[in-house]
This record gives sequence, structure tokens and C-alpha cells, in this order.
Amino acid sequence: MNDKDNSAMKTLPSVDAVIIGLGWTGSIMGMELTDAGLNVVALERGGDRTKEDFLYPKPADELKYGVRLEMMQRPKQSTVTIRRNADEEALPQRHWTTFHPGDGVGGAGSHWTGVLYRATPTELSLKSFADRTFEPGFLPEDMTIQDYGVTYEELEPHYDFFEKVAGLSGQAGNVQGEIIDGGNPFEGPRQNPFPLPPLPRTLTDTLFTEATKKLGWHPYPYPSANVSGAWTNPYGMQLGPCNFCGFCSNYGCLNYSKASPQTCVLDALKQRETFSYRTHCEVTRIVKSDDGETVKGVVYRDGEGQETFQPAGMVILASFPLSNVRILLLSEIGKPYDPVANTGVVGRNFSYQITGSIDMYFKDHQFNPFISAGGSGQVIDDFSPDTFDTASHGFIGGSYIYTTQGPGGAIGAIRTPPGSASWGSEWKKNASEHYGHHMMLGTTGTNMSYRDVYLDLDPTYTDPHGDPLLRMTYDWKDNDMRMTQFMAERMREIVAELKPDYHTESFKQVGDHFDPSHYQSTHLTGGAIMGTDPKTSVLNRYLQHWDAHNLFVMGASAFPQNMQHNPTGTVAALTYWSAKHIRERYLKAPGPLMEKA
Amino acid sequence: MTDAPRNRQRRAFMRNSLLSIPAVSVGSSLAFRASAAAPEAPPLHDYYPTFFTSEEWQFILSATDLLIPADDTGPGALDAHVPVFIDRELAGGYGQAEHWYMQGPFRTDAPAEMGYQLPHTPAAVYRLGIRATDAHCRRHFSKPFAALDKATRTEVLSALEKGTPDFNALGIANLPSSTFFAFLLQNTREGFLSDPIHGGNRHMVGWKMLGFTGARASFREWVDQYDQPYPLGPVSLNGERG
Ligand SMILES: Cc1cc2nc3c(=O)[nH]c(=O)nc-3n(C[C@H](O)[C@H](O)[C@H](O)COP(=O)(O)OP(=O)(O)OC[C@H]3O[C@@H](n4cnc5c(N)ncnc54)[C@H](O)[C@@H]3O)c2cc1C
Ligand code: SF4
Repeated sequence: MNDKDNSAMKTLPSVDAVIIGLGWTGSIMGMELTDAGLNVVALERGGDRTKEDFLYPKPADELKYGVRLEMMQRPKQSTVTIRRNADEEALPQRHWTTFHPGDGVGGAGSHWTGVLYRATPTELSLKSFADRTFEPGFLPEDMTIQDYGVTYEELEPHYDFFEKVAGLSGQAGNVQGEIIDGGNPFEGPRQNPFPLPPLPRTLTDTLFTEATKKLGWHPYPYPSANVSGAWTNPYGMQLGPCNFCGFCSNYGCLNYSKASPQTCVLDALKQRETFSYRTHCEVTRIVKSDDGETVKGVVYRDGEGQETFQPAGMVILASFPLSNVRILLLSEIGKPYDPVANTGVVGRNFSYQITGSIDMYFKDHQFNPFISAGGSGQVIDDFSPDTFDTASHGFIGGSYIYTTQGPGGAIGAIRTPPGSASWGSEWKKNASEHYGHHMMLGTTGTNMSYRDVYLDLDPTYTDPHGDPLLRMTYDWKDNDMRMTQFMAERMREIVAELKPDYHTESFKQVGDHFDPSHYQSTHLTGGAIMGTDPKTSVLNRYLQHWDAHNLFVMGASAFPQNMQHNPTGTVAALTYWSAKHIRERYLKAPGPLMEKA
Repeated sequence: MTDAPRNRQRRAFMRNSLLSIPAVSVGSSLAFRASAAAPEAPPLHDYYPTFFTSEEWQFILSATDLLIPADDTGPGALDAHVPVFIDRELAGGYGQAEHWYMQGPFRTDAPAEMGYQLPHTPAAVYRLGIRATDAHCRRHFSKPFAALDKATRTEVLSALEKGTPDFNALGIANLPSSTFFAFLLQNTREGFLSDPIHGGNRHMVGWKMLGFTGARASFREWVDQYDQPYPLGPVSLNGERG
């Protein structure tokens, strides 16, 4: 803000707390802070999204939502530049290919898939685990993994609560230490079983279960926030059973079955007089106070282009990892990370997700791929970071291996044999004959953090208002490639059991470089990480900014490295964890919740 | 499309030139009348393109007809009104790259992994790509693409797919011929397989070819009916049933 002309800036009356971004974490914080008696306003960059937008049949439009990505952030408004290493020039994602950041009320939470997981106890304390488990010198020197600074035991009640908010459907594998058949035996102990039973099992689930059991592994149903039955959550919001509509990931739910900020939180929150929200308001800066230890509010640009200062007693940054890091850098709060000098913290420990897949063709099976729900699937966790001797295979980390039936749409479901024509009568015949005969196997795995993988501001490209875009410097590393190759071998064992007529593979190899022209995942993590040492983290273990005690930063930007499973369970649990400490301690005595060591 | 300029001459021209396309492609749509009373789209030869010029329209008709031909497998791109779909898309927000980040500098020689880095909107990709393809055809075969015989048109499309024609040498900078082809193929498939509300997939012919159910979107009782072909045809967002 410093270098801008502020003369036209409008200043509003102060509020107790301002929330930047109204997705999953912003909605939860809205609930928690209004519960605590605060007067809260949320500022959301995109438009409003209410149940009217999700009425049947509106979402059942593959071109609009699945292909043109109607629900996503507009790259024109703000995008990300990407390079693989410091010698390359970073170039912008001109339209989204590698990930799909959300936009509008509900954020990515309104069009996510709904696979809802916890981290394992090991993953939250990965560095301690590594120090215990591997010979000194085993980890590559440039690997910068850390503990989260919060333990599984501390987060467990918050996971438990969020799973009730979302109506999580599935089969527990470990309830208070008792291992339960048919669940995931490798998960951390949970105090309660799942709120709802698993979704009905598809043909792909069943084939996967048979094959992996024969191999001696432990298949279990995807924990799903596409709910299996009627559910009333702790906020009194109601969800109905998922009908496998086939328009799930990238789409809003037409059936009130997918847990989202809208279906689980916002309609209850909007009733509260102490809560309000403004759409088409893009926050550009958090403003520091003169005292050097707090912030005093935020500057945003509304739909008419009016720059406005919203003073606030507390600022909750909840705008998804990419935007969180960019706003911190633009606001000059916290020291930017410098990978060469190895100083600073903002942008450090960015990580992503390692994925791979196999596609199998079965002439004699009819999978009806339009019968599909994002959170439906079958999984094994036998190859998690702490379930086998990864060192003997040359890596730290682990992945889950899964199947899911689909994809729901028609455009995305075309499969033709490798090497065959991509148009003309041959293509058409293949497309028609092959439709419905394919089953996928996927793997999603940990991604370690590395010294030269980070986020900063781009020196060249700006948004339409002249603010620099976020720049991502990211490449695949040998450790993680060895891991995904190990998973490819396990998946080939499943293929050998299932004996498809043919299969094709898509895995990354050691030596490959990050390819942002293909969709990978929207599990972007790190850049504003939590920890116990201000020299290596932006936030303390309560998600409170080390340099501004009334600024709290939500979201997966807090992850020091990425876990094998999907992030949102942990993102939500951390939000409730942070809220608990704000409510029980911070509001009573505002100040740092942790001493700087 | 109602606000498109009504030009009788142009209309007559299009109708005539459409006739030069193998009759089987256009004629086969007769066999696929909708069973429900959905509003009938005007026949393809009565459609006035909003975005395309008449020359470009000839190109689109003849190219999409080869990309997804009418044949033994079923109706093709023309039956499905794919050209109408593409015209509408290019005239709308997609064509203008409405939501894309189109600020420079543009590194047009960037490696393919960096994704789309050209300065052109999708509308411009078509405008330039058709002009360059027609120039290429005139240079090698003395006729524009749409006037070539089927075998030669197929050959030209294969060459575009491989990226062999050098558009730069034909005066069109910063557009690899394979990029133009990729847009054309992607949008043709979209027009064949997206909901009819967008102008293509007329009478849901693309969906019927696959056995896709359209906007039915309710299958709870079918989840565990393994290996059973689903018995019902598709429905569209407008309630047309097939
Ligand atoms: C297609 C897809 C599928 C996914 N599937 C899964 C899954 O199956 N399981 C899982 O665990 N996770 C999944 N995710 C990730 C999940 O959606 C996110 O982890 C989750 O939504 C994060 O919550 P959040 O509050 O941090 O961000 P969001 O829910 O994205 O909310 C952030 C909000 O901030 C707003 N915002 C951003 N910048 C600004 C600004 N400058 N000013 C004002 N507002 C701003 C955004 O518009 C957005 O509304 C998926 C994501 C995508 C895109
Ligand atoms: S598959 Fe289920 S949860 Fe997903 S959008 Fe459809 S009805 Fe909703």
C-alpha cells in the first residue's frame, strides 16, 4: 500500500475481526469467532453462490463446469507463474491446467471432490520420525522437512468435530486403538466411528477389493464427504444421501449431498447478526500497525474498483495457500524466503502432490462411468510413510493407491487404444466401443519440501492492477520419483490380478521435470508454514503469525510438506485448533500465544 | 443468433456450398429425430454464423465433417451441429478468452510443458489458423481447403495434426499448425459431446453414440447393478429425451 496513492481510499467503521476469503476455513472461522461474541465481516474475491446456483439440473453441464471451469478463480484477475528452476523464466498459467483454485463464496470447498482424510500421527511429526528411522545422511541435504508443531493427539478432537460437520461416510479402521476389519488399519486412532456408513460399493470398488486382498493388502472405502445417508450436522444443517449423479469434482452438488461451506456452515452462519460478508471484494493488502507487532485491517478493491480500508481488531487470512502467500508478500509481513542465502520464511517449503495412474480396459465389463461420485472409491494405505521399510527402496514418504468409478462426464470419458487415431471413423468407432469399459487405478503421495522449491513474487508479470503475480519454483525430486515408481510397481501387481485386456500407464520417472500443462491436483501446500521456530516458520503452532499476533493464517499453506492424503480434513482440524486457542486464550489476553525461542 | 445480419445472398451461398459436402453426412440426421417435443433447432444450412465469415464457415463445415464423420458408428459432427457450437463458443466469452490471463510478455517459443503461451484468443486462433490453412491449400493444391476432395482434405488435416505446415512461412506468425489443430479437434469433440444447450450434440447424437445419460444425474439404485447396461437414454438440460 505504501507506494500507492491513498487519496481516494474509503475507510469503513472498524470490526472485531475481518476474514479474507469465504471458503472452508473462512466459513469455519466465521462460525467460531461469532460464537465467541465477535463482530465479523468476511471479504470474498468472487461472487456469491447460493443454493439457487446448485438447483437441478443446472450443475449437470460438463462444458460449463468441467471444461470451462466456471467455478474457478479467473486467471485474468490473478494467476500464478511457474518455472522449474531458478534458471528458467517463469510463465503464467494463462488458463488453468495443472490446478484449479476456487473462487466465490464457498471457495474450492464448493466444487471439491469430497475425499476427506486425516493426516497420520507420523505425517504430522515427519521430521522426528525421519530422525528416529533413517541413518544420518539418508535424507538428501536439500530436503527441508519439518514437524508441524502440533500432534495428532492434539488435533484428534478437531478432526472428529469436522467429520461430524461434513457427515463423513465410511468405515473406521482404528477406534481408540481397536483395529476394525474393513477399515484402514493404518490410520491414527479415532475416538469415534464415522458418522455415516460407507457409500454403496461400485463395480470398480469390488474388483479393487478382491485384487488387493489377494495380494495381502487392506482395502477400505474412501472416507467420503459425499454422504451416504441423511445427516444433520452440529450446526443443524442437513445433508441427503448422494445419488452418484456423475457431476461431482469441479461441480457444485445438485443434491445437498456433498459437504461444502454452503451445505454445512454458511446457511447457519448467515443467520447471525454479528456476521456479514461482502462479495467481489478482493483484498490486496493487510496493513501493519505502527506498533510493529500487530496489523490494523485490510485494504480491498470492490466490484466497482473502489479501494477501501476495513479496520479490524483481528485479521484472519483464509484465501487458499496461493493467495495467502501472495497477500503476505505484497503486505510485506514476515521476511520473504531467500533460497540462496537460506534466510527468511514467507514462501519457504512450498510443496505439491505426487500422482500417477493406470487405465485398464476390460472388454467384458460395463462400468457405467456416469454412475460416479467424487468421494466414492476404494483404497489401500499399506504403503504409507511408516508402514514399510521405505529406506530400503531409497526414499522417505508414501502414497495411497485407489480406484474410483468414473469420470462422470462424456467429454472427459473418451478412451481410445494407445496409438490409434484421434479423429475420423477409426476414432469414433473406438470411442463408442470403449466407453464404459475402463477402470482407473490412481496413486496420490507425499511430496517432501526442498530448499529450492518455493514461492515468491514474479518480477515480470502483474495482475490487471499492477501487483506482481505469485511465482512458483517447483520441480520433481529423485526421492519423490523413486517413491512413485515403487507405487507403480505395486499397481502393476493389481493389474496382474485383474487381467484387463490392456492397460496404459502414466507415471513420472526419476529425471522427469514438472509438467504444468496437465492437471495434477489442487493440493497445494506450504509457503506460510507453521512450526515452533520463527526462523523456519511463518506461523507458530496455533497458526498465529510470529510477527503480528492479531493475524492468523488458515489453510494448507501451513503444511511444512505435503501428506499422502487429501488436505482438507487437516486444514479444517487446524482451523478449529487455532480457533480454540483464539477463543480460550487469545481473546482473553491478546498477544503472542508462543514465546519466540 | 437472432441478431446476426440477415443477408439473403450469403444465405444462398452457404446453402449451396453446404451441398458440396458428401450427402451422407448431412442426410443421416434425418434418422435421429428427437422423441420428445424439444424446440427444433433450424437445419444447419439455415444457420447464420455469428463469428465465422462465409469462407471460414465452409472450412469449419468441411473440417469437422472429417474429424467426426457420419458413418456406420452413427451420425457425425454436422448432424450434431458441431459447427454451430463452435461458432457460438467463439462469438462468446470463450472465444474472447474472457477469463484467461492475456497480459504480456508472451514467450511464444516456450516449451510445451508451460502450457498455452500464445498471444491469441481462441477466436484469433481460428481466424488465423483457417487463413493459414487455406493459404497452405492454395499453394499446394490451388484451392481452399473446403474445395478439396475428401482424400486431400484428410491429408491436410493429418499434416496440421503433426504440425508440418509452417504457418509462419505463410505470413501467420506465432501459431504452430498443430496448436490450431488441437483447438479444432478439442472444440469439435466438445460440440459433439456437450449438452445441446450449447448448440451442438443435436438430439444428443453424441451421447447416444457412447451410451451416456446426459443430465439424468440420479443413479443411487444403479450403483450395485454390476455389468448391467443402463436401460434409459439421455436427457438434456432442456428436458429433451433420447
Ligand atoms: C477440483 C478440486 C477438488 C478437490 N478435492 C479435494 C478432496 O477430495 N479432498 C480434499 O481434502 N481436498 C480437495 N480439494 C482441496 C480443497 O478444496 C481445499 O483444501 C479447501 O477448499 C481449502 O479451504 P480454504 O478455505 O483454504 O480455501 P478455499 O475453500 O478455496 O477458499 C478460499 C477463498 O478465498 C477467496 N480469496 C482468494 N484470494 C482472495 C483475496 N485476495 N481477497 C478475497 N478473497 C480471496 C477465494 O475466492 C476462495 O473463495 C480439492 C480442490 C479442487 C479445486
Ligand atoms: S456425486 Fe453425490 S455428492 Fe457428488 S455432486 Fe453428485 S449427488 Fe452431490
